[in-house]
Amino acid sequence: MSKELYRTCPESGLQFHKQAEWLMRAHAVVAVVILLIGGIAALLVTLTRWPAIHLLPADRFYQLLTTHGVNMLIFWMITFEIAILYFCSSTLLKVRLATPKLAWGGLALMVVGIIINNLAVANGDASVMMTSYVPMPANPNFYLGLILFAVGALVGCFVFLGTLVIAKDEKTYEGSIPLVTFGALTACIIAVFTIASGAIVLVPTWLWSLGYINNIDAAMYRIVWWALGHSSQQINVAAHVAVWYAIAAIVFGARPLSEKVSRTAFFLYIAFLQLASAHHLLVDPGLSAEWKIFNTSYAMYLAVLASMVHGLTVPGSIEVAQRAKGYTNGLFQWLRKAPWGNPIFSGMFISLIGFGFLGGISGVVMGTEQINIIIHNTIYVPGHFHATVVIGSTLAFMSLTYFLIPTLFRKQVMFPGMAKLQPYFFGLGMSVFALAMMGAGTLGVERRHWDMAFTNAPLDFAYPASAFTMMGIMGVAGTVAIVGGAMYILVTVGSVFFGKPVGSESNYGFTTTRVLRADPIVVPEGGHEAAGKWGFAAPGTFLLAIFFLVTFVLYYAVNWKYLASVWPMS
Amino acid sequence: MSAIQPPAEIVWWKQPLDKVEGTWISIALVWSLIMFFMMPFWHIYGKQNLSSEAYRTTPQAYMAKTQAMVDQYTIRTETDAKLPVVRPPPGSDVYLLGRLWQWWPLLELEKGQTYRLHISSMDWQHGFSLQPVNINTQILPGYEMVLTITPDTSGEQTIICNEFCGIGHHNMLGKIYVTEGGQ
Repeated sequence: MSKELYRTCPESGLQFHKQAEWLMRAHAVVAVVILLIGGIAALLVTLTRWPAIHLLPADRFYQLLTTHGVNMLIFWMITFEIAILYFCSSTLLKVRLATPKLAWGGLALMVVGIIINNLAVANGDASVMMTSYVPMPANPNFYLGLILFAVGALVGCFVFLGTLVIAKDEKTYEGSIPLVTFGALTACIIAVFTIASGAIVLVPTWLWSLGYINNIDAAMYRIVWWALGHSSQQINVAAHVAVWYAIAAIVFGARPLSEKVSRTAFFLYIAFLQLASAHHLLVDPGLSAEWKIFNTSYAMYLAVLASMVHGLTVPGSIEVAQRAKGYTNGLFQWLRKAPWGNPIFSGMFISLIGFGFLGGISGVVMGTEQINIIIHNTIYVPGHFHATVVIGSTLAFMSLTYFLIPTLFRKQVMFPGMAKLQPYFFGLGMSVFALAMMGAGTLGVERRHWDMAFTNAPLDFAYPASAFTMMGIMGVAGTVAIVGGAMYILVTVGSVFFGKPVGSESNYGFTTTRVLRADPIVVPEGGHEAAGKWGFAAPGTFLLAIFFLVTFVLYYAVNWKYLASVWPMS
Repeated sequence: MSAIQPPAEIVWWKQPLDKVEGTWISIALVWSLIMFFMMPFWHIYGKQNLSSEAYRTTPQAYMAKTQAMVDQYTIRTETDAKLPVVRPPPGSDVYLLGRLWQWWPLLELEKGQTYRLHISSMDWQHGFSLQPVNINTQILPGYEMVLTITPDTSGEQTIICNEFCGIGHHNMLGKIYVTEGGQ
């Protein structure tokens, strides 16, 4: 290994391929710039839906809601994920990145796509929301920008796959790829499916917007578009679960409870997650009940089962690692003694809990064929996906950033006090925000709607006062979360562009970056079970899982009861 | 070896399952199956199931059917725009259309009676959201959806559009009045 090609991080022991390193940095920087744009739009949208403020006029509101949706759900997520793919292949497998020049070309395409799409929306004739449902027309550049971005992302996926091939060929590791890399591979496979679906639906739609195609069927568009729209969120799920495992390893040196279970769970994602297009079509005309039931449940909830498995094995592996270090008192000493002041951990743990309790439960409930009748297109829906995508994915990526600033960017974390508080502002603000949206949605408040008071409508309707209260709570909590987002951007941009370089080990800031140089976990006498209870290596986690299940069952039952109260229909 | 390193055991798939994992997987699998079978169960025993009855149509053909119903059963008009309020007979086919930006016509139904409610869009996609009873469906142009509904509460219900349909989206309302039987 020549010195020019690689550098080894003195603190973590990670080995970076220099060309890959610059690519990861560039993707992360682009991603954070998009997060800033999406975040400004988020603030303005939140302040408009907060009834007491109702900031923007209607046309601006719909325009900025489009900006917010596309930038956050597609551009921010996928750009950051390409950086994760490069990290999980090149860095974790200690191998050179395949075709770095092509990878730069991919990033260039993505950036051009982002600019073209955003300019189309800024121009004012593409306020069609992220979903751009036909036959509502948008400026053709709206679709073109998305297509170019997707091609660039596809290049990134193939660079990742090529890097895996090189590592295998050059034998840079023994046996199987690490679990985290396996998770990234899962994300990559889902991404290829997603981008292919995107091409199938967006290329004809672009041609339609230019006048070359006469008609796009609205029902067909929805089925194929959601194979892009929902599956792209499944890339995020696979990626952020991989990040959870990575952070458990980085902070605690945790090893998976068993490789077999965790890998099988990832495999279930590959096999079943793509069926989720159906979640958006449960109250569409003409689809059969059999089709809906099979697809909406990912066959038989097998992908949900996979997430419930990760939800146990990630904290379970942390518990085992903590117990091996001697935190064996009671059921939860391991959790109390966890480094709650370290944002790498605190953000990851809030992400895990928020994703499971808020995002996961609400997603399964509203994805139940019949229950969707009382939830479809209400503001419950964005409540759900802010819990999955924002608390789940975005917060996990933010947590990982605090590890990447010293190791990848070789900069000290600026404003460490602010960094410590950031996950709490962002995660807890976003949790209350999502809950308030779900509450308002249960009362029937609609999503993507400028005026819940219907001031200028020719007919009257008044929501109950409690719905307005919920939307007020949403406004306050959303603002808190946006402050948390601004803290993240301040810390990352400050550190990366203006931070002091890391010199000695002592100025890495957070104390847990000795990833590959840390002492291995010593198995306690009598095995890990001996350090646990009831013959379980992770009894505290098991109890948390049971608590989760009870919450899930109760909430599921309540929603069936609510459904039973609406008008009979068949 | 942690999760960011290759597994320590080359043959990791032969490692025995951890007890806490095995227990949880069993419980979670049972719950997954319960949730799965709950949906067909509700089709058999529940009363709120969306029909899959739908037809291809065109805006012109659907408009003609709706206009015929309006001509036959209008009982009064409302607002300055003289929106027709239609009271079709119980058991009949009722036509509702969504267009930029109104639900047309207004309907008056009788509590406890069953109707075949047809809905379609004349232009873009719309969302049929009946409040406060809270029934939500997606309405597409070119497709005529048929819901067999039985209003079991009387009073005024408002149809809100909950699929974004352009700049007048937030003003797109309609009404279903439900009267007590025999009026």
